[in-house]
Amino acid sequence: MALTRREKKEKRINILSNIYAFLVYAVLYIPVAVMMAFSFNNQRYNYYWNGFTTQWYAKLFSNSALISSLWYSIIIAILSTIISVCIGTIGALGLKKYEFKGKKAINNMLYIPIIVPEIVLAVALLIIFMKVGLSLGMGSILIGHCTFCIPYAVVTIKGRISGDNDTLEEASMDLGANRIQTFLRVTLPTIFPGVMSAAFLSFTLSFDDVVMSNMLSGARQSTLPVLILSMNKSGITPDVNALTTIMVLVIVTAMILNSIIQRSLKKKKG
Amino acid sequence: MNSTGQAAMPKKKNLLPKLAMAGPVSLWMILFVTIPLLYIIVISFMSRGVFGDVAYKPTLESYQTILDPTYFQVILKSLKAAGITTLLCILIGYPFAYIIARKPKDVAAKMITLLMIPFWTNSLMRLNAWLLLFQTSGPVNNFLMHTGLVSKPISFIYTDSLVMVGLITNMLPFAVLPLYSTIEKLERSLLEASADLGANARTTFMKITLPITFPGIFSAIILVFIPSLGIYTVTDMLGGGKVLYIGNIIKNQFGSIRNWPLGAALSVLLILVTMLLIFIYTRFAKIEDMEVV
Repeated sequence: MALTRREKKEKRINILSNIYAFLVYAVLYIPVAVMMAFSFNNQRYNYYWNGFTTQWYAKLFSNSALISSLWYSIIIAILSTIISVCIGTIGALGLKKYEFKGKKAINNMLYIPIIVPEIVLAVALLIIFMKVGLSLGMGSILIGHCTFCIPYAVVTIKGRISGDNDTLEEASMDLGANRIQTFLRVTLPTIFPGVMSAAFLSFTLSFDDVVMSNMLSGARQSTLPVLILSMNKSGITPDVNALTTIMVLVIVTAMILNSIIQRSLKKKKG
Repeated sequence: MNSTGQAAMPKKKNLLPKLAMAGPVSLWMILFVTIPLLYIIVISFMSRGVFGDVAYKPTLESYQTILDPTYFQVILKSLKAAGITTLLCILIGYPFAYIIARKPKDVAAKMITLLMIPFWTNSLMRLNAWLLLFQTSGPVNNFLMHTGLVSKPISFIYTDSLVMVGLITNMLPFAVLPLYSTIEKLERSLLEASADLGANARTTFMKITLPITFPGIFSAIILVFIPSLGIYTVTDMLGGGKVLYIGNIIKNQFGSIRNWPLGAALSVLLILVTMLLIFIYTRFAKIEDMEVV
């Protein structure tokens, strides 16, 4: 059957738009591919390509500065996630459920760390910490990270609280459950997908953070991104590429698992 | 809200859970957002001590320094770079978001995930990859030399253009996501009605699509422009100390240079720019509707 002119035109537009989308994806994936490729570079510094090797993956764990900064980053990311998700979850519920004076101000305040450039908040926290005499280290980094993770957690979770929650909670309390039981058995399961997304988001935001960590870390130990930033001047060694390659694979696997879990949760529900 | 039901209860009984739930987040925001930001405004009006400390003598010195040509030029340069980044992110991102929004729901969801995956890679290492690709003896220069297109390697790195490439590739998703969510909500029937009434594709786009998706465009402007204005990692990684933006200047005031009031004043400038954009945004959309996640 001959295609009409309009159908032909639509087909052409469709092909062109797929090519366009492909090109955009290509530009976004090129740095990732290059980063991975140079983890196999047989040279001490990544100045040019010098043949294929897998030695950096083997030698990775003997680079103690790299490994200790990795653990430091992981611990900070886990702690920030726990703190942010706890405060974010009950905060989102509280801000949705209750009316109080200054609630609008708090709601607006939550958007500040999301919108204002991170350097501004980092500098502001640094000045305050110096003023009150808090020494820089894991504690200060944690406060910094939670300050931008909590708002994201609240916004993510608030979006998942539906109007049904109130009715369900009232029913639960009418049936004799106390507030804690109601929270654990009724409220939490209904907002659980939101809590999971918030946790995932908090972890990645904290783990990848440079600006806050760089400003608020002490002299002794730096997080992985801060270490990479400081290595940049002398040149980043291929073992960092190897580590980052492993990390991407782990995170993407976690993300796929997360989406599978979320899907099965949804199926179970409805 | 069930405020009527709650109000019937004795006030005392309601106070504890309210305090326990809304308390921590409110306290955190006041302690670690509001107070530090107010304090930084105070510091910006103080003078620099002899040893790089803060002397609590009120002065406008820092703000005068900002107007000094050396600093003012950096500010203009940053505004220009952030502006170009925003413009290009929207010009590249709008058609891209439009293409995704017109795909079936499941394909669109996959395409959005595909967009996010590169961002699970360490951002500094992604920036470093551009350096590896374009350095003097890197793949791009090798290719150009081999094919005989150039006789000497081109110095791409540590230039404004490469910084721009880094900025755009880092910021693009923040333009695509809000654009996608507004375009996705656009009713197809509106476009069909417009076409049926005789409007051509161009008129339909200008009269229907563009005005309806404008809140998405403005969200994209805010989410790209403001971070680009304050960023220093891209310039640090790709500018090699030769390209400086406001972010670098602020960072240096709290590092080697130690002029906290000046750093504070520049931060206040960034806060003012942010507030101005948000103010414009709230004229025609609710801040809660901005797609930030």
